[in-house]
Amino acid sequence: MKSIQYIGSASLAWLASFGRGGLFLFQVMFHKPKSLSSVFSLLFKQIYSVGVLSLVIIIVSGLFIGMVLALQGYTILAQFGSEQAVGQLLALTLLRELGPVVTALLFAGRACSALTAEIGLMKATEQLSSLEMMGVDPYRRIIAPRFIAGLICLPILSIVFSAVGILGGEFVAVGWLGIHGGSFWSLMQQSVFFSTDVVNGIIKAFCFAIATTWIAVFQGYECEPTSEGIGRATTRTVVLGSLSILALDFILTAAMFGDF
Amino acid sequence: MRSKQLELFVGLFVVLGFISLAYLAIQVSGLRTIGNNNTYQIQARFDDIGGLTERAKVSVAGVTVGEVDNIVLDKELYMALVTVNIHSDVTTIPTDSAAAILTNGLLGEKYIGISIGAEEEYLKNGDELYDTQSALVLENLISQFLFESTSGDNE
Repeated sequence: MKSIQYIGSASLAWLASFGRGGLFLFQVMFHKPKSLSSVFSLLFKQIYSVGVLSLVIIIVSGLFIGMVLALQGYTILAQFGSEQAVGQLLALTLLRELGPVVTALLFAGRACSALTAEIGLMKATEQLSSLEMMGVDPYRRIIAPRFIAGLICLPILSIVFSAVGILGGEFVAVGWLGIHGGSFWSLMQQSVFFSTDVVNGIIKAFCFAIATTWIAVFQGYECEPTSEGIGRATTRTVVLGSLSILALDFILTAAMFGDF
Repeated sequence: MRSKQLELFVGLFVVLGFISLAYLAIQVSGLRTIGNNNTYQIQARFDDIGGLTERAKVSVAGVTVGEVDNIVLDKELYMALVTVNIHSDVTTIPTDSAAAILTNGLLGEKYIGISIGAEEEYLKNGDELYDTQSALVLENLISQFLFESTSGDNE
């Protein structure tokens, strides 16, 4: 009897956190800013810390993933004598899958964990409540700029990731393995379509951005105001963020590229 | 000063994003839809199109002059009715030209090759190519070969 009651209370708490998360997102999105210039200066600061500082890890990992893909693709395709198709393989995997997904996973680990810890610490040191006491809305001043910065940065980072990955793959395939550059590019251009492949990748990145950044700011805002609580909230951000990225990726891929 | 530097970095970040997007658009996907809008349509009926798909290329003497627009089944003749967009600067395809479905390399994609006829009149929008040659289906070829070799044994 007790265990069934426990299951009931746990699922109710789970549903309630979903509801609170939804209300939270609504409040973040529909709070009108007082003046546009103050919003922009807050937003710039967040884009700098969320986007610009993530650029190094994105570029380096994009370069290596592109190079590894070209190398692996070459060894398999060379068995069928069609090693020129490496360009096609590289561009399609990066644009459709790896670009958005790996960028979002790195983003969840690099930027979203920092967002949670930052907001959690603000809550633990009672900065959020003192802001409220001064008549400053914490949603408007703290949460909204971080959320919107995440929405702007992740798609840009994913585009940069794909471009750098293709450059790295081209370096390995054409420069090192000696595939003919013309056929590499022409096969790639024949099979990649801007309106489907590139744009769908950007849409995916945008959906992942909504999910991970929402989880990050909500976990920070909801966390227990102790040092342990901040640690747990940060872990939850990375775990839940990564899981929701992978699950969303399956749904989006089925909707975009599946034939039903 | 601090804020100016910040804005500079953010600006560079956004510019980098746009450069990457332009790179993906131009170099990687080759954005061919622009500039090819002026086309005219011709049609051809094939017995069997094999693996021909929409947007497959159409070539004359190996040069791409257009692409396949759509493929439907002609319900009366049970043939595949293929509509093809030809670039409007290629105006001199004779009316008695022949269309064949060919394969690019051993495992490559299917495309339509047009071999030029001798007629003085040229194809216009909505015309049809009557001289067509179907795709080579490997299974048919193999069964034909087997059938011929066994019938040879009987003689």
